[in-house]
Parts: sequence; structure tokens; C-alpha cells
Amino acid sequence: MRYLPKSPAERQDMLAAIGAKSIDDLFSSIPERYRLQEALKLPGPLSETEVIDFFKARAAENSGGYTSFLGAGVYHHLRSVVTDAIIQRGEFLTSYTPYQAEITQGTLQAIFEFQTLMCQLTGQEVANASMYDGSTATTEAVLMAERLTGRTRILVARSLHPEYRDVLKTYAKNSGLHVEEIAYSANGTLDQKAFESALKDDVAAVVVQSPNFFGVIESLAPLRDAAHSSGALLVTAITEGVSLGLLTPPAEADIVAMEAQSFGLAPSYGGPFAGVIASRDKFVRQMPGRLAGQTTDSEGRRGFVLTLATREQHIRREKATSNICTNQALCALAATVHLTLLGKEGLGEVARQNLSKAKFALAELENIPGVRRAFDAPFFNEFTVELPRSVKIVNAYLQREKIIGPFVLGTAYPELTKHALVCVTETTPRAEIERFAAAVRRALEQPV
Amino acid sequence: MTDKIKKATRHTNQNEGLIFEKSSPGKRAFELPPLDVPAADPAKALGASYRQKGVEGFPEVSEIEVIRHFTRLSTWNYAIDLGMYPLGSCTMKYNPRVNEFVARLDGLATEHPYQSQELSQGCLKILQLLEKCLLEITGMDAVTLQPAAGAQGELTGLLLIRAYHERNGNPRKKVLIPDSAHGTNPATAVIAGYEVENIKSESHGQIDVDKLRDLVTPDVAALMITNPSTLGIFEERIPEIAEILHAQGALLYMDGANMNALTGITRPGDLGVDVMHLNLHKTFSTPHGGGGPGAGPVAMKKILEPFRPVPILVEKEAGRLALEQIRPHSIGRVKAFSGNFGVLVRALAYILAYGPGVRQATEDAVLNANYIRKHLEGIFDLPYSLPSMHEVVFSDALQKKNGVNTMDIAKRLIDYGFHPYTTAFPLIVPGALMIEPTESESREECDLFIDAMRSIAEEAATNPELVRTAPHTTRVRRLDEVGAARKPILRWKPQASRTEAAD
Repeated sequence: MRYLPKSPAERQDMLAAIGAKSIDDLFSSIPERYRLQEALKLPGPLSETEVIDFFKARAAENSGGYTSFLGAGVYHHLRSVVTDAIIQRGEFLTSYTPYQAEITQGTLQAIFEFQTLMCQLTGQEVANASMYDGSTATTEAVLMAERLTGRTRILVARSLHPEYRDVLKTYAKNSGLHVEEIAYSANGTLDQKAFESALKDDVAAVVVQSPNFFGVIESLAPLRDAAHSSGALLVTAITEGVSLGLLTPPAEADIVAMEAQSFGLAPSYGGPFAGVIASRDKFVRQMPGRLAGQTTDSEGRRGFVLTLATREQHIRREKATSNICTNQALCALAATVHLTLLGKEGLGEVARQNLSKAKFALAELENIPGVRRAFDAPFFNEFTVELPRSVKIVNAYLQREKIIGPFVLGTAYPELTKHALVCVTETTPRAEIERFAAAVRRALEQPV
Repeated sequence: MTDKIKKATRHTNQNEGLIFEKSSPGKRAFELPPLDVPAADPAKALGASYRQKGVEGFPEVSEIEVIRHFTRLSTWNYAIDLGMYPLGSCTMKYNPRVNEFVARLDGLATEHPYQSQELSQGCLKILQLLEKCLLEITGMDAVTLQPAAGAQGELTGLLLIRAYHERNGNPRKKVLIPDSAHGTNPATAVIAGYEVENIKSESHGQIDVDKLRDLVTPDVAALMITNPSTLGIFEERIPEIAEILHAQGALLYMDGANMNALTGITRPGDLGVDVMHLNLHKTFSTPHGGGGPGAGPVAMKKILEPFRPVPILVEKEAGRLALEQIRPHSIGRVKAFSGNFGVLVRALAYILAYGPGVRQATEDAVLNANYIRKHLEGIFDLPYSLPSMHEVVFSDALQKKNGVNTMDIAKRLIDYGFHPYTTAFPLIVPGALMIEPTESESREECDLFIDAMRSIAEEAATNPELVRTAPHTTRVRRLDEVGAARKPILRWKPQASRTEAAD
């Protein structure tokens, strides 16, 4: 087998050196009746070429040749080949968590740079080395708020990503948390009145996404003021990081939970991505996950180490701030490289292109009789439109024209059956936006 | 010696600053195609939410500077691709390059989790085949590929157990965990809403079965066991342990972190295990990437199947595959979308490359660990002498007499060109040296490692100071971890770093 570096003779020599007659001797502690008598029924073995052929055949059964107008938490953005070239360097790819700092300074310094970039983007003071994804980062942010406030009621905007809400509920069920959902208002933002009337002095956190799941940008300052006035913390979730190239940072938030997929990570059918938690310095000891910190070596040179580990499971066990161990380090490195490539100008320009193309797409759709914008608060690269008929039917038509239609909001919001969440990024050419609008028009002209 | 170190640290490659320190306004490393629609006015479109000045502090550098920066950083890392990485419990095996290639294919990397299932059959077939393979390997009845890592797999497993007990009328209160377990086990149990009761290992490092019998009361929801244990020892009485639990209605959870010792040899499902997680980034070769991403699928017996987290892969008529989002008894969703799909692709590529021959990998892993044990026994103290599986745990008891501890030996190993083994774990071995070579090491590499360890043992006796002050050949020396934690500097700031930057 090509991955195994031993000849049969070497195996025999090694067994002899150990004093074993056969390899079976080394498994004698497994009771014989439990040892498999025949080989596992697995497909293979396959040569490298055959492995590639197998996956190419599977890839061909997917959506090649279609143009997508899906976002809803996972975004198609331009990615530089430089990012993949860097993260495929064996020194990054095949290294472990940097516990041995002297020989993992590359990973450690990159994490430190990632933490810095996340702080700059979010207007927060401290960010960790990554969580699994935006959904678990949001949940961990809530658990952090619970520890900080000692309270257990959580108010969650209904306009938070439905799957993020689901994950939060799964974790909350046995943590003694009570999760309540707060409605959205007519313009798509959080219903401030409903929020304020639900807000009592037992609330640990209010969780708001911005831009929210409908694509609408929230005003965080009044939410923070209300939350703080009753001693609650404001947790802000962000699924579309590119928006921060153009939007004021959520500095009002006490904890920011962000999905970093938009920073150079492929959609990859839903993962792996990277979750971000950013917060204030004073809350750092309640943060989950790994943190890299700057220090010096015994000769005074600058270096980096994993620090404040007394929060973590390998030290604190059942008293840890989280059970997370493995995180999404290589994805965080990809985000670091990607954002460094974009730089200040590049990120701003990508964000402006997203905004411009989304505005253009909305105008194209609004020209179609019966199509109207559902929420009128400002948006970034996603917006909600109401169609005169079921989005599912329209999407089925679009698929025949090699278009992957917008997200069907009705699946998560029963009251929004005719509502579609349209996403347009810098990767969507004008001609495809026009083709999409024309196809929607034709779809709506089809007899029912 | 001192001269050499100075020379090395003066080298440009060794003195790379932070990317923020290289920034200069107006430089860029990425250009976009021109905008092909009318430019929107952000101030008008966004109003008060418009970030007029852009992201302050963001780096501004060119492409070559990005390449050099990260390439230089990469050279400060040790990696499997450079040599043996015998971190016990972490299974640092070769990460096949073809896995990276296939995970990046157009048609896989490009797919959106919300595209219609008609257009996702290729992705779903990959998930289905991986599920089938993992069921065959574990001897279980059902599996979920959702969890993002081992710790999330543990949580998923305990939530399944909780849902099962709840459905039987009582969630129960406690989870039993041996004192040799990974820290994630107790941390996870707490999130699942359970009290943790630690079980002391008996004198051979195994679970004390008689004591266990007393501890398993109707309050106990489950025992979390790692098998082979973190001592690298197979729990011989595991079928009996399962029976004791089952007799009281409790379940057996197995931490599958050490599955590299069992794959193709025996199956946890046959041993009485009810639910377990697998670390695809350990046993199934997906890269650790400096700390992730991983994947932690959970395999289970039929009794737990109704509680699996959504989405659930189902086969419909004519072999069409679909993900179902609603199941009445499901524990809910543990992660957004469909697992760490890209990691799952890599793991399947690994399994397909081996096929049934994966047993050879297990045999070689166990062979290497025993070969190393044989050659280091007596030179290092072996606190538990039962047969080793895929890893061997020594202690620093012999070297401690000269004031040299496991961390010193680990750091000195760096000077010999190896990554250290796992230090100071498991907790039941004071001063542990936990060595897991994996199947990816040739006899020659094992011999080099053995020579290095023997040489260090000798140095510990004749020149302990040399070992205590190691490493001597790295870019930086031992770092001040206490200082880092006392006054944390967790991000770069414009002024602070200029004064603190070393020359």
C-alpha cells in the first residue's frame, strides 16, 4: 500500500525484535472471539487515479453549469489561488495544534494575525482562534453571556439564521437556558417594541444578526442601550463577513459571533468554515476556545504562545468554559491569507461590488409585474422579494433554465410562503443577473 | 554556539514581522474585474451604517509580500511532512495529498448546501458511502456525519443518550468517566446537563470493574470509556463492562480517539458499545491543519437511531438521496448545514485508497508502538506494563532523579529533529511521555527516534542542564507562558507593537 513505508521483510524483522511470533501476538489483549475473522467489507483499494475518477464522477452529478442566487449563510465569493497555495504548504497543513510553541511559531503568529484582523473587522477588543462555524460560535457566545451575567433567559431575533437558532436550542435544552424568539417588524428589522417588552432583569443576552437573515441591516445602538439598561448583553451574529467592508463595525455588541466562510473559504456543501468569537477585553476569561498571545523567549525575542488555557477543557475538564478542542485552524489561516490579500482597499471594493450588484438585481426584479421588495430597511448583498406565486414553483422553472433560484423563506418562516431571499455577489456577472430576471418574468407568466 | 544562533536569527527568513508592520497605504495584492453594473452610492444606500473610512488597521501589501510572509511563517512550523510527530492521542499520520485534491474539485468545493437535492446527488452519494464504510468499520447500526470535531461528537453522543433515557421516562443524572479520559469528556458531559463522576483506574490502568459495579446505579446515564485507553491499553473486560451498564439500563459511550488501534481488527459495536464518535482527523487521515478542521461522526446502535441530529440522509425511490430536516424524536441540529463536508470527502478518499487493506495500517501502527516500547523500556520508566496497542506511555520517573522532567525531554527531542510526544497526559501518570508513532513511520524513522530518546536519557544523566534548557536549535527559545497569561497581548495594535518588536 502506497501510504505505508514498510516492506514485508522489515515487518518481520521488527516483530522479531519485539519477540513476537506474528502480528496477531500484538493484539492478544483483545479477546479472540471479538477479533474479526474476515476482512472488512469496504470498497477499494483504489489507486490515486481511481480515487480522483470516483470523486470527479460524483462532482459531475452536482450543479456544474448552473448560476446560483443562493446566500442564506453561505456565499460564493472570489478566492485567490494564493490562499490555497499557502494553506496547502505541508508545514501548515500537516501540523498539529501549536502546543509546542518553539516549533509552531508559524501557526501561532498566523493565529495572532487572525485574531487582530477579526478585532479590526468587528470593532471588538479580543477575538479567539476560531470556533467550528457561525452557528456554534453564536451558541458559545450565548453560553458566555450566561456565565457573565448569571442569568438564563435568552432573547433571540427570529431574523437570526434559522439553523443558528436550531443549534442554539439544541445546546440550550440541557444548559438550563430559556430561549425566546422576538418577532421582526414590517421593515424587516427587529421589532423593538416586542423586544423591550420581553426584556426583564432575568435576560442574559439578546441575539441579533446583522445583516439579518432577510438581508436587512439592524441598528445596534438602540438594542444595546435597551439591553444594557436591564443588565443584558448584546450578542451580534454575522453570517456575511464581507459586509464589514462597508458597514460600521458592531462595536456596540458585547460579543460578536461571526461566520468567516466569506473570507476565502469555498461553499463546500456547508463546511468546513470557521466561526469567530470577538468580545471585550474584560470578558476574555469567559471566552471559549483557544487564544494566541504575544510573549518573549528566554533571550527576549518576540514570540507567540497559546495562552489563558486555564479556561479550556484539557486543563479545567468539567469546569471549562467550553468542551471545544479541535477548532477550524486551517480555515482561519485561509481567512487570514485571503483578508491580507484583499487588504483595506480590496475588502472595501469587494463590498461595494456586492452592494452595487445586489441593488442592480433588485431593480431588475422590481421591473417584473407583481414582484415587490418585502422589507425596506437598507440591505447589503441579500434582499427579500415577494413574488405573486410560490417560490418553489418559480425555482423549479428556473432550474430548467440552469439557474439555482433564491432561498425559499417559506421553509423556515411559514408566513413568508411567497418570499424569496436573493443573494448577488461580486461573482455574479451582470448578464447572469439579467438572465435571472428574465427567467423569473417568464416563470411568473407560466399558466398555473 | 551563541554565534550560530545570532546568525540564524539575523536571517531575514527568521525575522519576519507581523503583516501589519509591513503595511503601507495604497499597496494591494488582489484586483477585481471591473464592476459591470452602475456603482451604488454606499452613503446613500446604507445611511448611518456606512463605514466611511473602511476597516482601519487592515494590512496593505502586495502579492509577493503575502506569499513571502506566510511562506516564512510556515518554515517556523514542524509538520508531519517534515518528520515523525509522535503526539500520543493525536494520531499524526500521513495526510494523503490526493485527499486535498479531490476536496477542491469543481462540483464539490463549489456546491451550496441549499441547492436542490436533485442537483446535489453527487454530494449525497459521498455522504452515503462514507456512512456505509463507517458502519462497517465500527459494527454499528446508524451514524451521523454532522459533528464538526471529536468534542462535538461526544456532545452529540451524550445528547442521544439523554434523549433515549428521557423517552424512557428519566434522563438520569450522572455520567461516569475514568480518570484517564480526555478533558473533553467531562467538559462535554456538563454541557449535556450531566454531573460527572470520576472513576479511579485500578493498579494496571484499567477500569476497576468491581468498583464500577457499585457505581452503576439507576442514576447513571452512561459510562464514557476510551478504548484503547489513553494509556494505549485495550480494556479487556469491555464486554463485561457493557453488560454491567446494560443491566442497570445505562449505556456505554466510547471515545473513538484511539480507533487507529482497532480498525479492521475488532469492532466497538461487537464489544457492546452503544454509541461512539470517530475523529476523522485522527484515524482517517484528514489534516490537522494546525488545530482543525476536523469531523466527529457518531455511530450508534439501533436504540439511539430515532434521536439522530438533523439533517438525516435517506434513500428514496429509485435510489434518489435526500436530506430530511424534520424528525419527531431528533435531538435537533448540532451544526449548521451538512457537517464538515470537505473533511468527510477527504476521509472517504482515505478509506477508498485502502479498502479492506486498512487493517494493515492498524497493524503497522501497533507494530511501531511496540517496537519503540521494546527499545525504550528500561531506559524510561513504564508505569503500566500491560500490552501496548497503538501508543505507549512512559514516565519521567528515572530522569526526574536528575531534575529532568517530561517537558524537558520533549523540548530536547526538538533538537534531534522530532516533534515532541504528548507530555503530562494522561493525568494518572505523573510526568507522562505519551508516544504514538502511527503507521506512517518507517523502521528507519522509528530507529532514529529511539536513538534520539536514548541519547536524551543519557544526557539527562550526564548533562541535565543541557536537557533542561532545550531546545537549543530553534528560532525562539522557551517562551514565557506565565507572562503571556498574566498580561495578555492578544492582538496587534499600532503603537504597542512598534516598541515591543524585537530587533
